[in-house]
Amino acid sequence: MSEFGNFCLLLALVLAVYGLVASLLGAVWKQHRIVRSAEHAALAASASVVLATASMLYLLITSDFSVSHVASATNRDLPVFYKIAALWGAHDGSMLLWVFVTSIFSGVVVYQNRFRYRDMTPYVVAVLMLNLAFFLSLNLFLSNPFNQLVEVGASGAVQKFIPADGRGLNPLLQYWAMVIHPPILYLGFIGFVVPFAFAAAALITRQRGDSWIRMTRRWTLLTWLFLGTGLILGAKWAYVVLGWGGYWGWDPVENSSLMPWLIGTAFLHSVIIQERKGMLKVWNMILVLMTYLLGVFGTFITRSGVVNSVHAFADSALGKYFLLYMTLVAAGSVYLILDRLPYLKSERPLNSLLSRESAFLFNNLILVVACFAVFWGTMFPVLSEWLRGGKITVGPPFFNSVNIPIGLFLLFLTGVGPLFAWSKTSVESLKRAFFWPGILAAISCAALLMAGMRNFYTVLCLTLCVFVAAAVLEEFVKAAGLRMKTVGENFAVAVVRLTLKNKRRYGGYIVHFGVALLFAGLSGSAFNREVSQMMAKGDELRIGDYTLKLTDYRESETPNYIYGVTLLDAYKNGKFLRTMRPEKRLYKAGDQQTTTEVSLYSSPKEDLYTVFNGMSGDGRYEIKAHVNPLVFWVWFGAAVMVFGTLITLLPDRKGAFTTPQLSLDQSVHFEESVTV
Amino acid sequence: MNGPRLKFVLGGVVIVGALVWLGFIGYQESKAYYVTVEEYSAMQGKLHGKTIKVAGDVVEGSIDRARAPMEFVISTRGKSLRVRYVGKDVIPDTFRDGSQAVVEGSVAPDGVFQARHIEAKCASKYEAEYEKRGR
Repeated sequence: MSEFGNFCLLLALVLAVYGLVASLLGAVWKQHRIVRSAEHAALAASASVVLATASMLYLLITSDFSVSHVASATNRDLPVFYKIAALWGAHDGSMLLWVFVTSIFSGVVVYQNRFRYRDMTPYVVAVLMLNLAFFLSLNLFLSNPFNQLVEVGASGAVQKFIPADGRGLNPLLQYWAMVIHPPILYLGFIGFVVPFAFAAAALITRQRGDSWIRMTRRWTLLTWLFLGTGLILGAKWAYVVLGWGGYWGWDPVENSSLMPWLIGTAFLHSVIIQERKGMLKVWNMILVLMTYLLGVFGTFITRSGVVNSVHAFADSALGKYFLLYMTLVAAGSVYLILDRLPYLKSERPLNSLLSRESAFLFNNLILVVACFAVFWGTMFPVLSEWLRGGKITVGPPFFNSVNIPIGLFLLFLTGVGPLFAWSKTSVESLKRAFFWPGILAAISCAALLMAGMRNFYTVLCLTLCVFVAAAVLEEFVKAAGLRMKTVGENFAVAVVRLTLKNKRRYGGYIVHFGVALLFAGLSGSAFNREVSQMMAKGDELRIGDYTLKLTDYRESETPNYIYGVTLLDAYKNGKFLRTMRPEKRLYKAGDQQTTTEVSLYSSPKEDLYTVFNGMSGDGRYEIKAHVNPLVFWVWFGAAVMVFGTLITLLPDRKGAFTTPQLSLDQSVHFEESVTV
Repeated sequence: MNGPRLKFVLGGVVIVGALVWLGFIGYQESKAYYVTVEEYSAMQGKLHGKTIKVAGDVVEGSIDRARAPMEFVISTRGKSLRVRYVGKDVIPDTFRDGSQAVVEGSVAPDGVFQARHIEAKCASKYEAEYEKRGR
């Protein structure tokens, strides 16, 4: 089976390279049949990768430990669910997952566009196949998951080596969010190849308009959704599994998935300006290129662990190839952009600072600066080593001191941007638009100050959250009111119809509302408390309004691990709440890794977070408790963002709009009728 | 350059300038030299009192949890460093005999490294063994 998988990967590589060459030749020679053949090769490459992935899954499920990836990521007693997840449980397999996702994306794009945009498709196929071929060759030659284990026998000859059992899946990965986190994150990393491919094709074929943006809008949004979901699942995993009490630590791996998300967010906003106003065309090209490259870079950082490691950056073979590939893609794209500059001229100048365009511009500027700061902080050890010979690292204070003000400014723009009109906003209309959100924000700011809150950033953040939420609600209420008057619907129906009628706009507002909730959740971290205590049975630990009483300790085992669990009765203001069961596990397979199972009581106001940290020599239990205010809103806000994005992704009703151009015009009319 | 555009550029410069300044403060506050135990002992004295990160392998059997605060020894290439953990965070599960650890802190007058923070990566002993056999 491993030979079969290997063969499939190799076949896919050959097909991808053929697809790349044939599609370019077909386009240059204007031979439709050659382009078709390239497309068929692309589809066949995808199918071949699917077969390779299937054979790896077969090897994992049947525990064929002669294959190194199977031996290093699973063991016999691992539940089947985790055996499947072990596909991405170690480096080589996760590269296979990456290739799998890439080839699915490529296949879908090729199939979707088999009759559309015939002038651009050959180049789209070429970019997709270049991307696929690069990752396939890494997968085949540098980190092949189908490698077999061998050993040197007594006679000195090399022979097959089959261990009795595998090392087991890293226990830290045995958690639901971690099982779905990598595939979702990969979807997010890889998906930007599609808008990038169309952008490159638009440049090559000298398209003047913004058709590439409209063709790929759904891909961009969907990819952005996956990336964001991946980020939040990673945060959830860190919070629940790692047991240090927080969800974000500015770790290189986290940062490398945040960076494409930041630029992707900038891209989502700035394409709106291009669609509406014909501005920022060069900028959008740069953003889509950066987003794609940062996705590739993110994979590299995540997979190689190069920043954390003691070794120098250039030492890893993988690093060299990634750098080479990214440099080539960047150089090629920059050349294309420079060469096609006349086609990318802005159709309009910026009219006023008090306009929606300018809010978008500031949003873009700030997001790119945020990404740059994160990049700088993440890569500082590498950069300082190149420049000065000594590795210097920067910690969370660096990231926080830059990104907290950036986050607050973005939140501010989220609130005011939609209140500004396109082109130029009159002072009168501003006064009207700011009235209710402004008043509500002022009231909540006063309330926070009276409640004794003095942390500048926290007060500002919560005030802005109220402002954004109020501004979003105002948009819904105003538009719904108009419908109630003109069409005679009741409020709820009006809100639903309104949203479905202009999904992009109102879905976007829902996302903004989620952002406000998420920021409110983030601001809670300023008030985190923690207490650590050695406890014997019957002892009590106090934290905030809570009392934890250690009642019992039990040990037991499952086929997979041995565990010890402490039972802590939690009381809030003297009233019994529930029993917390923080756990310590020792996994039997491989290195006998221990893990910490957090026990969590979550409420909208705050989380009570308990950790059993081990036993001391005198038989007491080390318990650590955290009270983390408002964390609930981080997850809830993220869920609202996902919901809003899904609404913008809903398909338009068949027949409602005949062409994309028309749908855009209609939405403009509708919007004007609302803002007037 | 027309008026609004100039205003935008000026506004942008002010904002970016402020952020660079904030970033610089954050950098000063949190920068730490990152060295291996071997490099650390080679530049003895130069890094005294500064916040640094030292990377090394946890010496088998050196973790002394009975002592409070806990102590252990990390080493690379024959050079070793005694570390006392004075931080408040939970010690990561990956921290154990033989794992690769990165400790952040500074050196106390008695020559023991006062770590406020520990990061640890799994000992990939097993993996290394496989690697040797495979390929």
